[in-house]
Amino acid sequence: MMEFTNLLLLTVILINFFTLGSSRLVACIRIVALQGALLALLPLLTHGLSFHSILLSAGAFCFKGILIPWLLLRAVREVRIRREVEPIIGFVPTLILGALTTAGAFLFADFLPLVAEHHDGLYVPVALATMFAGFLLLITRRKAITQVLGYLMLENGIFIIGVLLSEALPLMVEGGVLLDLLVGVFVMGIVLNQINREFSSLDTERLSALKE
Amino acid sequence: MLVVLIIFPLIAAAISLAIPWYQARSWLLPLSSGLHLLLSVLLCLGRFPLESSWIGLDALSRLVLLVTSLLFFACGVYAVGYLNLRRDRGNKVMVPCLLVFLSAMTLAVVARHMGVMWLAVEATTISSAPLIYYNRSRLSIEATWKYLLICSVGIALAMLGILFIAYAALGGGAPVSLQFDTLLTVATTLSKPWLHAGFVFLLVGFGTKMGLAPLHSWKPDAYGEAPGLVGALLAGGLTSVAFLAILRGVQLMTAAGEGDMARQALLGMGLLSLLVASIFMIRQPDIKRMLAYSSVEHMGLLAIGVGIGGIATFGAMLHLINNALTKGGLFLAAGNIQRAFASKRLSEVRGALKALPISGPIFLAGFLAITGSPPFGPFMSEFTILRGVFSSGHMIIGLVMLIFLATVFIGMGTTVLAATQGEPEHKTPEFKDSFMLYIAPLILILLILLIGVYIPAPLQHALQQAADLLEVHP
Repeated sequence: MMEFTNLLLLTVILINFFTLGSSRLVACIRIVALQGALLALLPLLTHGLSFHSILLSAGAFCFKGILIPWLLLRAVREVRIRREVEPIIGFVPTLILGALTTAGAFLFADFLPLVAEHHDGLYVPVALATMFAGFLLLITRRKAITQVLGYLMLENGIFIIGVLLSEALPLMVEGGVLLDLLVGVFVMGIVLNQINREFSSLDTERLSALKE
Repeated sequence: MLVVLIIFPLIAAAISLAIPWYQARSWLLPLSSGLHLLLSVLLCLGRFPLESSWIGLDALSRLVLLVTSLLFFACGVYAVGYLNLRRDRGNKVMVPCLLVFLSAMTLAVVARHMGVMWLAVEATTISSAPLIYYNRSRLSIEATWKYLLICSVGIALAMLGILFIAYAALGGGAPVSLQFDTLLTVATTLSKPWLHAGFVFLLVGFGTKMGLAPLHSWKPDAYGEAPGLVGALLAGGLTSVAFLAILRGVQLMTAAGEGDMARQALLGMGLLSLLVASIFMIRQPDIKRMLAYSSVEHMGLLAIGVGIGGIATFGAMLHLINNALTKGGLFLAAGNIQRAFASKRLSEVRGALKALPISGPIFLAGFLAITGSPPFGPFMSEFTILRGVFSSGHMIIGLVMLIFLATVFIGMGTTVLAATQGEPEHKTPEFKDSFMLYIAPLILILLILLIGVYIPAPLQHALQQAADLLEVHP
């Protein structure tokens, strides 16, 4: 079971690198959906088959793996953009930065005062690496839609930590968190459309009229 | 009973979606918010038994609940007149979003579980985003996007902070729960490094929502582009709710015996907010952006008050009320001025006192109040905070604060006086003061005047109780 969990978490890291290096938006959305779907298995692998973990897994799978990507794909189709061109920092430098932050996450996790049973698992370093990758995506890309993807990856990283602590979060709360995420992305999708209608592009560079 | 307070705005929102009449939809706002205010007052007087592990009222949430409810009622009354003028824009999105926003704010205030509090605050972000976009211009979409993205990322970090606090319980060997009262009882056993990390992330996350510098970058844009009544609700209501969330972290740190670190962090951010606000307030050519920076300044004052502790905490509690009501009045009056001159730029707004015989003076009085001139309420609370700073021996901090406050007064005064004095360029403004649009800000400013002159004993008592919750009791 442990091997399988670790394999899953390593796949999650590979997906981080894919999104950092790819310019094709549709592929990025699909791969982030895959990441969400993989992470949805995590509660089952960690806590075994209980009512709580089954519901959490199912919920996370529906929201992170299906509904949110569907909303984003629809937004991309409506605004007819295919690629992220000219990110603020190039793809290769971003990949190198991603590699550095991932290595940093693994080193840093060793220093953390973790509970004994979390020391061997990859949970915490992978969570940190995913959060960093999400942040990188947020700050190095110009297209609004990639920024939303970055936010989703950040949430995915936090989800991994949340799985470790799922006894602290009643099912109601976890469901609420997922629902918030979904509605948030839904509203973001609407705003994306409006940005596109107003500027006929999705570059956040254009959103720079408000300054001191 | 508390559940009713959270549920019925949602029901009202559903009704507003279902009914086809424009006017009736607008009237739902003052009706629901009036009922909300009535219920809140009854609950705070303790007319109904309320205790559950998820939601409950303590001295702090009573205070914030009453303030936000009162402010929302004022904005609800204003909204009827406002939406009447904006029939071209419609209110099919505005009304339900406002009501959901009210419900989410209420839930965030009364939550006794960190997770519930988090998702309520996130719900306020999502429900207020369409409100900022109400005017549908290029500028408002930019403001909405910044607000949505920055606050969502900020609040995601707050989630991480909350999870770290849960991990602190795990590391300390306590039963893992995020129920706030449980956390307080096991606070001493929490693992310190995780608790520290948790508090820092909590402060960063909810500090973004509150608009403490350096996390305030979305604030001038959002407040500047949103309609006046939305600005009033964000600056008066939402900031207070986010501050309450930070205070929960302070309570927890204090219970764990780590109160000093929490206070120092708040003090540092508070001073930085004052600095940033006073810099950008000078020669600010945009009235609403000026109010946004003023909001950053007052968030800083709240943080400093709690950061110093003692009498200054009491001052901060009083200032929370004053800031919410004054900011509400100012934003509503500023909205009236913006409509009359069809601009919020100083280059076009001149002679507001003459053009708007009621909203103009309200705006001027609000400016005097918010900068701490007697006899208004904020003077009392700012004075109390400063007295706490000086009496606790922080001479340098006190002097620096005085310099910043003076700078803000001069910077804000230049803008406000230029806008209100003189002769209006157009003899007949396209919008005249109407009763529905000035009654709400007028009442808010009068309340502030009242608090400045006389604080009733029950309020004094309630403030003291709230301040006591944040103090160390060895």
